[in-house]
Amino acid sequence: MATVDARGYSCPVPLLMVQEEIKKTDPAELEVLIDAPCAVENIQRFAYHNGYAFQAEENGDEWTLKLTKK
Amino acid sequence: MKRFFKENWLVIVTGIVVGVAALLLQALGNPKNMGFCIACFERDIVGAVGLHSAEAVQYVRPEIIGIVLGSCIMALIGKEFRAQAGSSPATRFAVGALVMIGALVFLGCPLRMLLRMGGGDLNAFVGLLGFVIGALVGTIFLKKGFNLGRAYQAKKTEGFVLPVIMLVLFALALLVPSLFHVSEKGPGSMHAPVLVAFAVALVVGALAQRSRLCMAGGVRDTLMLKDPHLLWGSVAIFVVVLVGNIILGNFTAFSFLSQPIAHSNHLWNLLGMVIVGWGSVLLGGCPLRQLVLAGSGNGDSAVTVLGMMAGAALAHNLKLASGADPGLNESGEYVKYAVTTNAKVAVAMALVVLLVVSLCNVMRKKKEA
Repeated sequence: MATVDARGYSCPVPLLMVQEEIKKTDPAELEVLIDAPCAVENIQRFAYHNGYAFQAEENGDEWTLKLTKK
Repeated sequence: MKRFFKENWLVIVTGIVVGVAALLLQALGNPKNMGFCIACFERDIVGAVGLHSAEAVQYVRPEIIGIVLGSCIMALIGKEFRAQAGSSPATRFAVGALVMIGALVFLGCPLRMLLRMGGGDLNAFVGLLGFVIGALVGTIFLKKGFNLGRAYQAKKTEGFVLPVIMLVLFALALLVPSLFHVSEKGPGSMHAPVLVAFAVALVVGALAQRSRLCMAGGVRDTLMLKDPHLLWGSVAIFVVVLVGNIILGNFTAFSFLSQPIAHSNHLWNLLGMVIVGWGSVLLGGCPLRQLVLAGSGNGDSAVTVLGMMAGAALAHNLKLASGADPGLNESGEYVKYAVTTNAKVAVAMALVVLLVVSLCNVMRKKKEA
């Protein structure tokens, strides 16, 4: 599964990294590692409006997001 | 429509609360169209501690303290307090200083720009145009790969630096007020009661933390991501303040002339806010958002706030900050404030520095790739 590690980056960089990865490889599933709370919401909105199912799993101070093409 | 409210209700409610809070603080004594102004109020604090000597703008503004502490409390409650630092702090300090200089040439941060717009000040619409142009330029660099590098987890104490500074400042202002300079006339002498302003700002800081309210983010995300989520917060502030001013009888007409603590030099209003928009996008948030992030443990934002404060000291010590239009003279002619040569040079230099910072950080990314 393609993975974007956006830990340490603040908004809007994590979402830009996700968009870049999708543009480059168009993955069916994408895992995103982040630690900026606002990025969870940004990426969730992006997923909703761009046809991806969205799952978020919190691990301490970080999140693992999973975007799956619908 | 249901989806719209589900996604945007919190940022809209925050915008409404900020608008009402600004009207309230103005009614209780803050200067006109300045219920809140992050740049002006940080500048007032800088003056209060003696880092500049502009006698009209010195006061320990509890609004700044309240926003930082409110966001800190909310971040702790919501388990979103993250002690992080290390994302180009020196660059952030410098860009923060430039943003402050731009804001003081215009006479307001993006939040005050909205309040001025809602008060009928057309000069603020010129500022808005500059802010959007600046944000657009910053957004172009973001799209080309600009970023200031990643931050790293820091010791918890790092995250509490700005909240503790604010807490100590507030305690000293209440217990030993003679330590500080306080304006006897001018904008610094006009203020709402301390505890009311502090309480209102606590609520604003807490809500801004939860909703991520950010004026620069609103423009940036709308332009770059076609996501107007944050923009709705700014729209709510403007609408509430406009309607509130009309209801309260503060609003007469939209005009460029004789606006409170404002000047009508269009070019310099525009360019001042180009710097603010561009710099804020590079920094990842407007001055309000920087306060909120610093309250949430972000050491880089704390450095940015300190950079803004250094910029405020420079702006007044080097005569870069603008003043209000003097207005009608004895012969009935309208006299504009004369923007200083120092300010014009500083604005030009700031634009060049922002360009260099933008280009260098895009090139760094390309080299790393």
